[in-house]
Amino acid sequence: MIRFENVTHFYSNNQEHKVASLSKINLDIKKGDFIAVIGANGSGKSTLARHINGLLLPTEGDVFVENLNTKELDKIWDIRKKIGMVFQNPDNQLVATTIEDDVAFGLENIGIREEEMKQRVDWALKIVGLSGLRNSEPHLLSGGQKQRVIIAGALAMRTSYLILDEPTSMLDPKGRKEILKIIKKLNKEQNITVVYITQFMSEAAQFKNIIVLDKGKVVLAGSPKEIFSQADFLLSLSLEIPQITRLARELAKNGLNVPSNIINEEEMIKYLCSYI
Amino acid sequence: MLIHLKNVSYTYNLNMPFETEALKSIDLMINRGEFIGIIGHTGCGKTTLLQLLNGLLEPTEGQVLIDGINIHRNKQKLREIRKNIGLSFQYPENQFFEETVSKEIAFGPKNIGLTGEELEQRIKISLKMVGLDYNAYKDRSPFYLSGGEMRRVALASILAVDPEILVLDEPTASLDPQSCNKLLSVITDLYRKYKKTIIIVSHNMEIIAELTKRIVVMEKGEIVMDDTPKNIFQYSIQRLESIGLSLPPITHAMNELRKIGKPISSAILTVEEARDEILKLVEKK
Repeated sequence: MIRFENVTHFYSNNQEHKVASLSKINLDIKKGDFIAVIGANGSGKSTLARHINGLLLPTEGDVFVENLNTKELDKIWDIRKKIGMVFQNPDNQLVATTIEDDVAFGLENIGIREEEMKQRVDWALKIVGLSGLRNSEPHLLSGGQKQRVIIAGALAMRTSYLILDEPTSMLDPKGRKEILKIIKKLNKEQNITVVYITQFMSEAAQFKNIIVLDKGKVVLAGSPKEIFSQADFLLSLSLEIPQITRLARELAKNGLNVPSNIINEEEMIKYLCSYI
Repeated sequence: MLIHLKNVSYTYNLNMPFETEALKSIDLMINRGEFIGIIGHTGCGKTTLLQLLNGLLEPTEGQVLIDGINIHRNKQKLREIRKNIGLSFQYPENQFFEETVSKEIAFGPKNIGLTGEELEQRIKISLKMVGLDYNAYKDRSPFYLSGGEMRRVALASILAVDPEILVLDEPTASLDPQSCNKLLSVITDLYRKYKKTIIIVSHNMEIIAELTKRIVVMEKGEIVMDDTPKNIFQYSIQRLESIGLSLPPITHAMNELRKIGKPISSAILTVEEARDEILKLVEKK
């Protein structure tokens, strides 16, 4: 479990210019959660993510990862072993000359023996579906494959939490689908807790829960249906609702009896079939 | 006619062991006042194509003609075109180097000789075009802005030299929906009001479908489709999906309805079109 207790974070570029990017956040992320985080640019999403593994420390309050406080310097490596981070640009995270070396990088750092290292790398590459490319050079891969290598690197470390900060924003549609498929599988089959930051409402709609940030505060939390039924509030936060939900609202406004919180295509088609 | 890529090929590392053919015999004409979307999956040659458009790369074979003149045979034309084409790469904020937003934006216009009040006006207008308040932002460090603000400052710095053609590579990546919409309405204005030619590269099919008037689809270094959004999203769906591209969710849903025999008339590209089509069908029934 990850717990934010009254966490406030100030960025400052000089003495006068202080910006609170997180403001009194209280949040529990439980084992096995599958959470999307949405919010306008500057709402504090990335700052929140970087607090989970101690890349940033709270100015006030505390962040606990399974009862370890990220402020305890001697615990930071224990914390980071538990938490895999995936950022926007995979090129910034790939370090080795072959894919298997890249996946093994973290394991070498913590001194895992060769035999076990091989087993873990095999296992991780198999889960993300890249066993066949183990000897390839990272720069020859597509964006989606690169992100999968990074996820494999985290898996090999036996990470229990995956924090992904807009991992698909540089990917083509095929790459986006690949990543979502993999993390759903990891959550379901390996019980890995997923916190997924995204600007794509259609992606957020596929998670179990959504957290909405605004000006460093959690302003809404709930299931996609609950969240996207509050369209006006989301719009006031510079957010949006998925295209399918927008259509549902438009039709409801025009007198059709369509619930305005439809979030997926199958449901929409079912309703429309009774009308046309 | 404005730009003509005539039978253009481009090969990286020509005659070297790692020779890679990025573009194969491309023939593409871009006219003044067009709004073109270029789509294709990673590695299909889109970025190479953009770099050829403004003469950053010289084709291995074929010619890049601007108003009929080969730009690589005419230095003056090459300079002219570079000034006239504002090229914005992915994540342009990575190229920031100045200490304030206004200095950052001033870099381009200063280079073409603007100074004083005229320069200041250019900065003001450019910031306004991207939806940022001049007084609130001009003295801030571009490095301490949020991701979306950075993107908008980067776009403002391109607008500041007033190019005739804007080439935008994934301009809205990681912007929040509203900033994204704001930016897109700026881009639409540039097209409608100021008659700029816009070439946009994006993986976001919703944007491509809603905005552009013509779509060029690339695969493995070749142009495999070049048509209106309506035609592409109605008649070439299977082909699009086979090369790893997708449809906007609304287009996909309406297409599914058509598949099960509902009389949806043509490719639906926006939520508004879908609403009107459905209401029309409900009325008929």
